[in-house]
Amino acid sequence: MTAGLFLDASDPWVDWSWLSSHVPTVLADLQQHVVLTVIAVVGGLVIALPLGVAAHRLTPVRLSSLGAFGVFYTIPSLALFALLVPYTGITEVTAEIALIGYNVLILLRNVIVGLDEVPADVLDAADGMGYRPRARLLQVELPLALPAIIAGVRVATVSTIGIVTIAWVIGVGGLGELILQGYIESFHTPLVVGSVLCVALALLADVSLATARRKAVPWARTA
Amino acid sequence: MDFLGRVLAWLTDPAHWSGTDGIPTRLGEHLHLSVEAVAIGAAIALPIGIALGHYGRLGNLAISVSNLGRALPSYGILVTAFQVFGLGDAPIILALTALAIPPMVTNSYVALREVDPDIREAARGMGYRELPLVLRIEVPLAVPLIMAGIRTSAVQVVATATLAAAIAGGGLGRYIIDGFAQQDYVKLFAGAVLVGALALLTDGSLSLLERVLMPRGIRMRKAPVTRQATAFKTA
Repeated sequence: MTAGLFLDASDPWVDWSWLSSHVPTVLADLQQHVVLTVIAVVGGLVIALPLGVAAHRLTPVRLSSLGAFGVFYTIPSLALFALLVPYTGITEVTAEIALIGYNVLILLRNVIVGLDEVPADVLDAADGMGYRPRARLLQVELPLALPAIIAGVRVATVSTIGIVTIAWVIGVGGLGELILQGYIESFHTPLVVGSVLCVALALLADVSLATARRKAVPWARTA
Repeated sequence: MDFLGRVLAWLTDPAHWSGTDGIPTRLGEHLHLSVEAVAIGAAIALPIGIALGHYGRLGNLAISVSNLGRALPSYGILVTAFQVFGLGDAPIILALTALAIPPMVTNSYVALREVDPDIREAARGMGYRELPLVLRIEVPLAVPLIMAGIRTSAVQVVATATLAAAIAGGGLGRYIIDGFAQQDYVKLFAGAVLVGALALLTDGSLSLLERVLMPRGIRMRKAPVTRQATAFKTA
């Protein structure tokens, strides 16, 4: 292994000429990273929203779903990829099963907390105004739970952006591919570019979602 | 023999239970990296989180450190530590420690903030000075959430230590990384089972410890389930 050439003076942290000649590669990795993340978060929401509504009402569903996804969440991503590969192969499906599963736990918790915290008085008032159960859920409960749900989406999005980098082991690492290249070639530039873009993407996503939340639920000011 | 049968055979093969690439050696390496990182991380993070929570200062910082920690790609941090400091355990432990600190700071801050202000006032009225107030009143009441933070960190460090194998380190991740490289799906799967079991065991044993350390007064209060630690996943 020749990877011990650390802090070699001839290898600056960012080699701008390499970067300028590799813009398409970097953009392709960035795009893959964004697509993997969006699918993982949206997929997580599609499962967590109905499951959360059910769990909010039925204690057995709450205990079993939180328990099952809690176990799933505890398993390290590298191990989960390895457990899935013999069945689903070296594919994006393998990455998404793991990423979506992790997000379900984060989002499920927040959906349940959000619904639990809707005051009983509000529910009584809604019933008194003649809301049917479905309309009450869609027009009263879920909007009031939205701040908690968006908070969950922020955590899920930022976590996913970090974990995607590990999916290089199954060939779909997005910006992780650049980090891997930096390691294999003992070359700083792709490592720095991949890591910095990853952090920047996470912070950008976090700030955009915080702004979206302020626009969507102007009545909720704190936390 | 079917696939899972071969995995079981791999796991029970005596040849895999001895030598430098044996399960006990790899488990030892994994635990060594993880325990050291969590211990160093706790020694740094807990005093900071507890102090910030006690004085109620810099709350945004204490909370956003977890957001920032979540945004750091653990694999990138490990490779950076490797390129700056070279081969060996020290760079890996350094990187793992950096990832262990944020959830412990945030959760111990929140834990101290959630101590009932009336209790704090009562203790002051009884003549408690700052340090005894923190150590004998606030921290015991905050134990559930502080421990939950330590548990979150520990599980993530154990998970991230798997990636040490990706930068020529040891630990149980070795089987997974080598399994991928050699396209040996049996070894790969067996390694994943070991890593998954270790993560679940870490989580389980620390939640048991959490219950043991919880002051009897809190347990007797039968309060609704205590607040959960901030979700934090780096690997």
